[in-house]
Amino acid sequence: MSRISEAFSDGKAFIPFITCGDPSLEITEQIVIEMEKAGANLIELGIPFSDPTAEGPVIQEANVRALAGGVTTDKIFDMVARLRKTVKIPMVFMTYANVLFSYGVERFAARAKEVGMDGVILPDVPYEEKEEFSTVLGRYDLDMISLIAPTSHDRIAMIAKEAEGFVYCVSSLGVTGMRSEIKTDVGEMIKLVKAVNDIPCAVGFGISGPEQAAKMAKVSDGVIVGSAIVKLCAQYGTESPKYIAEFVKNIVESI
Amino acid sequence: MTNSRGRFGKHGGQYIPETLMNAIIELEEAYDKYKDDPEFNRELTELFNNYAGRPSLLYYAERMTKDLGGAKIYLKREDLNHTGSHKINNVLGQVLLAKKMGKTRVIAETGAGQHGVATATAAALMNMECEVFMGEEDTIRQALNVYRMKLLGAKVHPVKTGTATLKDAVSEAMREWTNRIDDTHYVLGSVMGPHPFPTIVRDFQAVISKEIKEQMLEKEGRLPDAVLACVGGGSNAMGAFYNFIQDKDVRLIGCEAAGRGINTADTAATIATGKLGIFHGMKSYFCQDEYGQIAPVYSISAGLDYPGIGPEHANLYDTGRAEYVPITDEEAVDAFEYLSKIEGIIPAIESAHAIAYAMKLAPTMDKDKIIVVNISGRGDKDCAAMARYRGEDIHE
Repeated sequence: MSRISEAFSDGKAFIPFITCGDPSLEITEQIVIEMEKAGANLIELGIPFSDPTAEGPVIQEANVRALAGGVTTDKIFDMVARLRKTVKIPMVFMTYANVLFSYGVERFAARAKEVGMDGVILPDVPYEEKEEFSTVLGRYDLDMISLIAPTSHDRIAMIAKEAEGFVYCVSSLGVTGMRSEIKTDVGEMIKLVKAVNDIPCAVGFGISGPEQAAKMAKVSDGVIVGSAIVKLCAQYGTESPKYIAEFVKNIVESI
Repeated sequence: MTNSRGRFGKHGGQYIPETLMNAIIELEEAYDKYKDDPEFNRELTELFNNYAGRPSLLYYAERMTKDLGGAKIYLKREDLNHTGSHKINNVLGQVLLAKKMGKTRVIAETGAGQHGVATATAAALMNMECEVFMGEEDTIRQALNVYRMKLLGAKVHPVKTGTATLKDAVSEAMREWTNRIDDTHYVLGSVMGPHPFPTIVRDFQAVISKEIKEQMLEKEGRLPDAVLACVGGGSNAMGAFYNFIQDKDVRLIGCEAAGRGINTADTAATIATGKLGIFHGMKSYFCQDEYGQIAPVYSISAGLDYPGIGPEHANLYDTGRAEYVPITDEEAVDAFEYLSKIEGIIPAIESAHAIAYAMKLAPTMDKDKIIVVNISGRGDKDCAAMARYRGEDIHE
């Protein structure tokens, strides 16, 4: 069993996201350790990109702060290598196609595997363009996580058939960010996935707290929270690890 | 890349969020249905001829030719189109298409404001709701165009993220599209972005080279030796080049914005300083750092201030079919003033980049040679900024 499947092996999975290097890589390291302790099952590490077109304002601003602080892909690999000495939790990168492409997809995959990553999420690479990345990542046993959206409809079966690790179900239209209400019938989307592939489905985009998380967990195998956590980084800076630990604990208990 | 569509050599593709894929596929299917539809083309031609003022003139710049003492220079007068630039060609096509698709709202990005104004115009004409995203920096540089868009009934959103220029406006328009898809068409303004946009925009702009060819054959009985156009994303250049691509003896020259020079960080010359990457839905050349972070580019011209270039241009460069040359702010401003004085034509500062290269190229060519320069837009919008560049304290 891959480490990603382990994340879903014991009840509902909680998947927190953070932007690496916001406010610093040292704090990111502490946050990861705290999140594992607090009961998270898988962690999404965002490699910042200058122009993150799938992100709402909260994560956009985190990317700006991280890049202004001098974070680079290489420094993030080094951080993960240090972390892997102590943490066992599955981890995937969330970033944009150009971050891998400019590094060299092969070189990126080799280094990601070497430092102990388990997969990659690229929100600007749809099914039609994935092969360029997935074949290389696959050679290094890294899962390329597929996304499905409320607009995917007839595309879901096609995407699900080739999905690896877990399926990222985008709960709402628009970009990442907290929403007061999720109107999409996520359960229906997940049914379409499960009809062709018995793969875990985690719901993300717009989940702001325990109540929504519990609601989404009922119809899926796990929930992803990004902006609400990144907001705590923005608010508490170097003090953020303890607040994030508390937040993660609350969500884990709720689902 | 077995599933990838819309490739120009290794460039192009559809690197966009899954949320947009069905919208993009719907657009592709609609375009395939209408592009050869006689009724659609009749309506579009009607709009071109009786609303936009096409065909635009191909004007022999006699004084400029004599002054430079070399090749004969013709100017393709896209500045005389309704709304003052070539942007109207693409916009009329796309808004008409959107209407056929049953959309009731259009969104657009804009740099200099020309595409935003054209989109607001077509939306007013065809009774569509219109919202335009424009970098905050550009709303200051091009304040008059912001007013024009509002006057035409559009809502203008100043974009404050990143460098607050064209690339950020594109990003924000893409984000807005993922937010509201059902009733909304994104009128992308250049030959860039995910497939099918580079093809759609090129086809609607190809009327420029179609006319140049006919007009040139009528006036000179032969094809030109070179066609020059400025390049940001590259829509006016693609339009001016397209029908000459098969005519191998016609040199195609794109003039990029070098800003303060290609050896400085203050440049937007993508072919001269960029490398292969993936951004804004396409694989192409981009100004970026070693980790793939998109560079905060600079040019005096808001319309060329973009870190990438359309995928078909990237392929024309790879195959050697077109050449791309960098032109600095200073050279462009000189050309802006030169054309105004010698021909009584005030070009857009974007188009002045092409004039600047014509001023270098024409004297090196024999008098029996012919150059066509595409004047993509008129320069009224730039007058205050150019005056300030020369130290005069003028504000709009």
